[in-house]
Amino acid sequence: MWIEYDSLRVIWWGILGFLMTGFGVLGGIDLGCGMLLPFVTKTNNERKILLHSIKGTWESNQVWFITGGGVLFAAWPYVYSVVFSTMYFALFAVLVALILRPVGFDYRSKIDDSRWRSMWDKALFIGGFVPTLVFGVAIGNLMEGVNFAFDNFMVVQNKVSFFSLFSPFSLLCGVLAVAMLSTQGSTFLMMKTDGDIARRARKIAILLPFLTVALFAVGGYMVQNLFGYKLLARSGVDLYSNPMGKAVAYKAGAWLENYTIYPWMRILPISGFLSSLAVVTFALLKRPAFAFLFSSLTVISIMATFGLSMFPFIVPSKLDYHHSLTVWDSSSSYLSLLIMLGVMIIFMPIVLCFIGFANKVMFGKVTEADLKKHDKQSY
Amino acid sequence: MVDLDLVDLSRLQFAITAMYHFLFVPLTMGLALLLVIMEATYVMTGVEIWRDMTRFWGKLFAINFAMGVATGITLEFQFGTNWAYYSHYVGDVFGIPLAVEGLTAFFLESTFVGLFLFGWDRLSKVGHLFVTFLMAVGSNLSALWILIANAWMNYPVGAVFNPDTMRMEVDSISKIIFSTVAQAKFIHTVSAAYVTGAVFVLSISCYYLLQKKHIGFAKRSIVVATSFGFLSALSVVVLGDESGYLDGQEQKMKMAAIEAMWETEEPPASFTIFGIPDQKNMKTDYAIKIPYVMGIIGTRSLDTPIPGIKELVSRSKSHIRDGLEEYKVLHRLRMGYSTNREADKEYLRNNFQYLGFALLLKKYKDNILLATDEDVDKAALDVVPNVLPVFFSFRVMVACGVYFIALFGIALYYMNIRRNFNKIWLLKMCLYTLPLPWIAAELGWIVAEHGRQPWVIYGILPTFMGISSVSKASVIGSLIGFLFLYTGLLVVDIYLITKYAKIGPESKHKIR
Repeated sequence: MWIEYDSLRVIWWGILGFLMTGFGVLGGIDLGCGMLLPFVTKTNNERKILLHSIKGTWESNQVWFITGGGVLFAAWPYVYSVVFSTMYFALFAVLVALILRPVGFDYRSKIDDSRWRSMWDKALFIGGFVPTLVFGVAIGNLMEGVNFAFDNFMVVQNKVSFFSLFSPFSLLCGVLAVAMLSTQGSTFLMMKTDGDIARRARKIAILLPFLTVALFAVGGYMVQNLFGYKLLARSGVDLYSNPMGKAVAYKAGAWLENYTIYPWMRILPISGFLSSLAVVTFALLKRPAFAFLFSSLTVISIMATFGLSMFPFIVPSKLDYHHSLTVWDSSSSYLSLLIMLGVMIIFMPIVLCFIGFANKVMFGKVTEADLKKHDKQSY
Repeated sequence: MVDLDLVDLSRLQFAITAMYHFLFVPLTMGLALLLVIMEATYVMTGVEIWRDMTRFWGKLFAINFAMGVATGITLEFQFGTNWAYYSHYVGDVFGIPLAVEGLTAFFLESTFVGLFLFGWDRLSKVGHLFVTFLMAVGSNLSALWILIANAWMNYPVGAVFNPDTMRMEVDSISKIIFSTVAQAKFIHTVSAAYVTGAVFVLSISCYYLLQKKHIGFAKRSIVVATSFGFLSALSVVVLGDESGYLDGQEQKMKMAAIEAMWETEEPPASFTIFGIPDQKNMKTDYAIKIPYVMGIIGTRSLDTPIPGIKELVSRSKSHIRDGLEEYKVLHRLRMGYSTNREADKEYLRNNFQYLGFALLLKKYKDNILLATDEDVDKAALDVVPNVLPVFFSFRVMVACGVYFIALFGIALYYMNIRRNFNKIWLLKMCLYTLPLPWIAAELGWIVAEHGRQPWVIYGILPTFMGISSVSKASVIGSLIGFLFLYTGLLVVDIYLITKYAKIGPESKHKIR
């Protein structure tokens, strides 16, 4: 063994986090633009410009989510099966909303009729808003613990009801996600467009970060009293992933303990606040590229804050604390993780090159003149 | 006890969403390759009509591609939502090709489809061709990984059972990737996809000729489609035979069901070309048989017997009993009354081959250690899939395959070799062939996956064990939701493709 099983698990936890934040930053652009569609555009031409600003890249941005799902399946099969089967309707809503996006993008301009277009515009709004809200709510649910346990043959016992997914805390996380990704979309539109759209997007980029900061602060305050989980003892044998053999404490404020043990981690929430305010500053200064950069940093910081607060937990169980899924006991086998690490090391750099190339080709502002030129292929 | 309604609903949802998805996938793969051929011709010759062909077929490609992506998202997550125990039980193995698909193929395809559609003015000629090429590579690679995963469900090699985690884990990744079944399935499926792309282009082009418009455009499209389609159609059937051979080797029961072969015959066995299988009485009525053919296809020899269904059922009885011995050890290990845990684990690591057969009893007894002889008999009968649909699906699929070879052969002869584009009957024949590749492909999946029942992982995990613990109401709700959404989108998709196909390519070329 040239690398320990535990190190491999931490690496895969990091890769999952990397793919999820990658989707947050890049997919967040498109989800944000979808949500902003009714708010920053007034005419059909403006809507076309908005859609054209993400036309060449949204598809590959979405792959971060799909690949994240594949990696979750392969590296964290317990997590994959528990999360998706317990949050059944949440995921159903996300799927329906995401299904509407590719068709919405491609079909809205295929028939020249305003009712037809407005139908797809609504679909695109749903395709941005619903997934963002649900992802936020799901993250809130993970922090509060999920009502599941295993039986002796590792069959998941699911006691989650649809309405139990909504609590004040989880809704707060949902709205936080909406505010955060709308900002992401708006700073991107400031970069890619001119005129009225850019002006409206700038207004949003100036106002929404305050909401993000406020919700993030309230969330942090709530977490002090929220019941969190603490790993007391790991199961005796760590050569295989068995999530049933450990001792876990369930107590208020436990999610903040990592920040006492590892003070350097405090940099993440601090960066969340500061970069959010930097977005406002650069939007006011009319420096869209910097506003976008700091908005991306906000997304990374806030998502990482969530992940690291819970470490080593991934899916805590409210039904039986000791069955909670952690980094140490819910991964795939050693060999499986090792094989995929090899694949990851070879292909991730290639993928990043593709994405860089695609963004380079599609670089530059979208204007009305572009629309005329590309009318044949336009959205 | 197992809730069989919930199992059926989950299966129905998977079948519907997967079959909808596969309405779009073959056209994406086939058309992508045809686009590469057309654009390469443009880049090499510089004749503009070839660029316009690429752009026109590319527009239809885009409408179809959007639906492929949309319906594909569901499949990546549905294993988790509806097949939680399956995901747990085999995620360690099955997840790998899925993750690799996302990382290698899907990123490639999705990144370059954006550039294909919107990069015409931003890329050089050769640059754009390269983008189109990478997009086609991406979509074909995607199929490769998915079919490796699917082949493993049918022929689970390279994995071992781990009693500590209660799941299958990877033992040899090369056995999984280079599995003969995966290779045969991949070639068979992509060839079928190329046939779909070729029929699509051929059929719409013949429509233009019948309408006497876009003549030069249609003729060139036909030349590409028929040559490409003829080779692909040959490859589907020849390599479909290869998968038949492999079915015979690895999945004797599926083979026997396809042939409705109830008894073991003297080798070489005869092939039933038609008949009405009667599962209850285990016989085929009105059977028309061709001697020797089955034995030769199935075993590539004249003296190897092919076991019939009755023999396989009686073999599975003994598998179930062997499995029960293994399950006894697993039970005491998991329930915590094992007296020598290490020895028991060691035993299970080496003896898990028939565990899956014992699990078939879960349909009849919660604690299968209490199963009676009668339960064993019933479970042994369960290993027979529904013979009738598999039997007929297979025959219609093969008929379609043979028809494609004939059609492309005739089209190749008249239109490519004799340059005669005026045979109205031929143009009409090509036009009306349009729906057939889809029918053949969907039937092919019915043969492969319905024929795999009662297993979700052949011999390892019964399908009914694989479900999630969700309420029936949830699955009914999502099933109805998907059904409405997909059907609505399918109507829109067909409407748009028809609309743009009727409008035809935009530029008016004088070349004829």
